[in-house]
Amino acid sequence: MSLTAADVKKIAHLARLNMSDTDVEVYSKQLSSILEFVEQMNKADTTGIEPLAHSIEIAAPMRDDQVSETNQRAAFQAIAPQVEAGLYLVPKVIEGE
Amino acid sequence: MINKTIAELSKELHAKKISSVELTQQFLDRIKKLDKNLNSFITLTEDHALADAKKADAQIAKGATTPLTGIPFAHKDIFCTQGIKTSCGSKMLDPYISPYDATVVTRLKDAGTVLLGKTNMDEFAMGSSNENSFYGPVKNPWDLERVPGGSSGGSAAAVAARLTPGATGTDTGGSIRQPAALCGVSGLKPTYGRVSRYGMIAFASSLDQGGPLAKSAEDLAILLNAMAGHDERDSTSVDMAVPDFTATLNDSIRGLRIGLPKEYFDEGLDKNVAIAIQNAIKEYEKLGATIHDIHLPSSALSIPAYYVLAPAECSSNLARFDGVRYGHRCKDPKDLEDLYKRSRSEGFGSEVTRRIMIGTYALSAGYYDAYYLKAQKIRGLIREDFINAFKKVDVIMGPTSPTPAFKLGEKVSDPISMYLSDIYTIAVNLAGLPGMSIPAGFANDLPVGLHLVGNFFEEVRLLNVAHHYQKVTDWHTRSPKGF
Repeated sequence: MSLTAADVKKIAHLARLNMSDTDVEVYSKQLSSILEFVEQMNKADTTGIEPLAHSIEIAAPMRDDQVSETNQRAAFQAIAPQVEAGLYLVPKVIEGE
Repeated sequence: MINKTIAELSKELHAKKISSVELTQQFLDRIKKLDKNLNSFITLTEDHALADAKKADAQIAKGATTPLTGIPFAHKDIFCTQGIKTSCGSKMLDPYISPYDATVVTRLKDAGTVLLGKTNMDEFAMGSSNENSFYGPVKNPWDLERVPGGSSGGSAAAVAARLTPGATGTDTGGSIRQPAALCGVSGLKPTYGRVSRYGMIAFASSLDQGGPLAKSAEDLAILLNAMAGHDERDSTSVDMAVPDFTATLNDSIRGLRIGLPKEYFDEGLDKNVAIAIQNAIKEYEKLGATIHDIHLPSSALSIPAYYVLAPAECSSNLARFDGVRYGHRCKDPKDLEDLYKRSRSEGFGSEVTRRIMIGTYALSAGYYDAYYLKAQKIRGLIREDFINAFKKVDVIMGPTSPTPAFKLGEKVSDPISMYLSDIYTIAVNLAGLPGMSIPAGFANDLPVGLHLVGNFFEEVRLLNVAHHYQKVTDWHTRSPKGF
């Protein structure tokens, strides 16, 4: 599988990564060769094989619906890049007057 | 003192031949003097260490101790440590002071260990050479022009250079075992689910597992006793009884059935590494083990499958780094998309970017079946191979890494050749099994690691088998010149 510059730009956008034209060139080469490498998987006949998401059978653990954590908003916001009045700040999202 | 194992240091501390403060100071002094050449630590926590050591000395005076009370220790910088920078080797988390402790950190703290600092690593644990760290590469103490392996390269180099008696690591595709092998120390990746992942920064959640690195199997057993066990904060941590891993170290291994996978001795294996491993196997025969040829036919596909599954999980796990709640944020974002894109591109290094891109692609519409689902099916085949092998043998052995430590820079421009250095370790993560690496001699004056793989939750057996080898050999006691 060979990735074009347009493919790489699209993937970068999906992953929310910025990419310069030089980067696009480098990554399209590297990613294409990695994809080519992983396509060795096609050698294996996996007809009838169940996909394995986890090596160990794990059932979703259940617990009573009770408050178990304390509110640590101040501690968590102390390490945030930008907060005001207990809120995380981001650039304006909704356009309008 | 610095060459003693944790088991030996514990005796010295309990016999009051040395205080924890004195011992801690010795290691701190060594780090300050010697780590300039190695770069194995990202953060030195001197004040914490001396405070912990004082507390430990008080516990020893009171007689309320564990085997780890007062033992200096280091955590890989992937484990969250409250009030201490937890960078994960990334510019993204360079400003991150964790507001909480990982469960592994809490447990080792409760057991009385003294925190010397946080060790260097490949960014977000992605790498096999420690060259992907934002803080610069770690050097191998056996040869400063060579890599220590990765991603737990800082932990392995620090133990090898006697800068700490032990350290934590994490292993997603070999990241404890491969650096342990390349630095000549002992390292254990427990069964998936044995050790809590709470507070261990996620890379590939279905593969990541924390474990210890130290000088001997006995030390690993002591450390695993403190680290292992169910944690309700990690839904994948297994709720089953944890044995005392030290209790059975000396049990006889007569009649042990060792399986040697033909596939692990094929082309690509360094000749001198092969000789060291064959000698180790002979040693086991002398100890009463029997050798059996086995086949792991699907293991050849473990690296291709891994480089779909691990990036897929990583692309999803690392989506949380958005420049909003913690970590790096770009300057003057013009809108939300610009905030995300620039914060992430500035924060992540090239290997992390590559893997996020591969994972995003593999999971994107139209490609899911061809990549992700196919890789999961191969994962099923790989686990099946191991299940069949363990019907005939008790442990599987082979080399941990196909070559000894390679030169810094040798593989940086060729990602795939770097990926291949984990060819023997990755299948174990895909299957979820426990694996170990112990020192087994030298190839071209560089350490060689013997890889031991056990059945699910049989860390007890691995440690027992490794301990016997270490009773009749002294490879694990060798230390690099100049350290």
